Amino acid sequence: MRARYVLSEAALGLWRNVTMTIAMIITMGMSLWFLGGSGLLFLQVDKIRDLYYSQVEVSIFLAPDITDEQRAAIDQSLSTDPMVASYYFESREQAYERFRSLFADSPELVAATDAESLPESFRVRLTDPERFTEISDRYRSVEGISEIVDQQELVGEIFSILNAIQIGALAFAIIMACASALLVMNVITVAAYSRRREVAVMKMVGAPNWFIQIPFVLEAVVAGLIGTLVAFGLLAGGKVFFIDGPLAPLSTVLTPVPWRNILLTLPALALFATILCATTAWFTLFLRLPK
Amino acid sequence: MIRLERVTKTYPKAARPSLDNVDVWIEKGEFVFFIGPSGAGKSTIIKLLLREITPTKGRVVVNNRDVGNMPSWRIPTFRRSIGCVFQDFRLLPNRTAYENVAFALEVIGRSQGVARRVVPEVLELVGLGGKEHRYPHELSGGEQQRVAVARAFVNRPLVLLADEPTGNLDPDTSIEIMRLLDRINRTGTTVVMVTHDSNIVNQMRRRVIEIENGRVVRDQPRGVYG
Repeated sequence: MRARYVLSEAALGLWRNVTMTIAMIITMGMSLWFLGGSGLLFLQVDKIRDLYYSQVEVSIFLAPDITDEQRAAIDQSLSTDPMVASYYFESREQAYERFRSLFADSPELVAATDAESLPESFRVRLTDPERFTEISDRYRSVEGISEIVDQQELVGEIFSILNAIQIGALAFAIIMACASALLVMNVITVAAYSRRREVAVMKMVGAPNWFIQIPFVLEAVVAGLIGTLVAFGLLAGGKVFFIDGPLAPLSTVLTPVPWRNILLTLPALALFATILCATTAWFTLFLRLPK
Repeated sequence: MIRLERVTKTYPKAARPSLDNVDVWIEKGEFVFFIGPSGAGKSTIIKLLLREITPTKGRVVVNNRDVGNMPSWRIPTFRRSIGCVFQDFRLLPNRTAYENVAFALEVIGRSQGVARRVVPEVLELVGLGGKEHRYPHELSGGEQQRVAVARAFVNRPLVLLADEPTGNLDPDTSIEIMRLLDRINRTGTTVVMVTHDSNIVNQMRRRVIEIENGRVVRDQPRGVYG
């Protein structure tokens, strides 16, 4: 009987103020969507970083007039350098092959370039990709080296963009979470007002406080969980129709988002929504209900 | 049963205290009227006894419990030992007479089975047999107050507090309600009633405590309104 009373009161509360309830569910959904997206990106960034760092190379371009002795000396010092994980030599011909396949779309450019104009290089993989500058400092002044380029600088820019997106999504999620908390307060205030007679009688006859409060809290939590389902639907839809759809060819650059991560957002967002709604509802009741 | 010991209550921003050093001792099973002009402090006493407010100074003891120093989590259980009736009835308009009384039982965790057994009994006691399924708006003022009394009494409280229970009723109906409160008092329930209905006080000839400007100016067994 009591359980039925609590559930029917909570359902009635949601229905009585249905426009506000919908507004609350939508803002909650948006907030959780961005929160979930930001969380997924956070998991993704680590994976993208691992992927890039495993592929990233330092290119040591050699001067055109390098002598065989100089080349052999560089080869020698790279082979004994503890910071070098592996390296290989790329000749002019190999560089030209790569250039051709890279610019296969622009035959004029390929035709205008001959193998002689491309530099020889050593392609070096570091044991610790973060310590690029040390390598760079050590070899920059060596005879026969024209330039040292680290692909990591490019990767760094990609990461700063990803970071900015992630922070932006998180900021938006927080702002929307504040908006939905305010809406929860409003919904609970209206509910407390429309049930003021029942609350007064319950206080008078000595109903326990948790029993008086639970329909209100449940009302807010149910709305929050519906918002969670909305957010989860948007995230799953985003994977199916966006990441696995038009963005699928980019999976070598942006690591694919596994379903496991998407499914992980459901309990995480539900927990967040429950805590946010329940504490906001309790706080509002503390302010609004007679003592 | 009920003791007010040197109780002073000053509301915030009030120039003078609503109750000023009041000493009252009420035995179990007594029937007591608090009378006095509006603003004398009568309702403050009811609020203190219900622990809606706490005294500024002094001690309030109800059913051997120090109400003023009671932690707030004990209040619900404490209130189950007290029944309340107010001038404005405070019934739930969308519930029948039966449901109004049953609600008071259910929200403190009594089963529906208990309600089915006890509620018709208490409605019969207050003289509403046959009107269990009427809504408040289908009942007269006197009948609505009977529902309120039934709700207050259904838990068999040790104390019944009545704050101007006849304030909205005509004289004949008021007398019926007083008969009902008298019957409840005879079952051993202490009744504390705040009123300024002189007819009723004069007819009942029970203990009268008169309050004026927050002080007890008269305490008389079998008193009249004066």
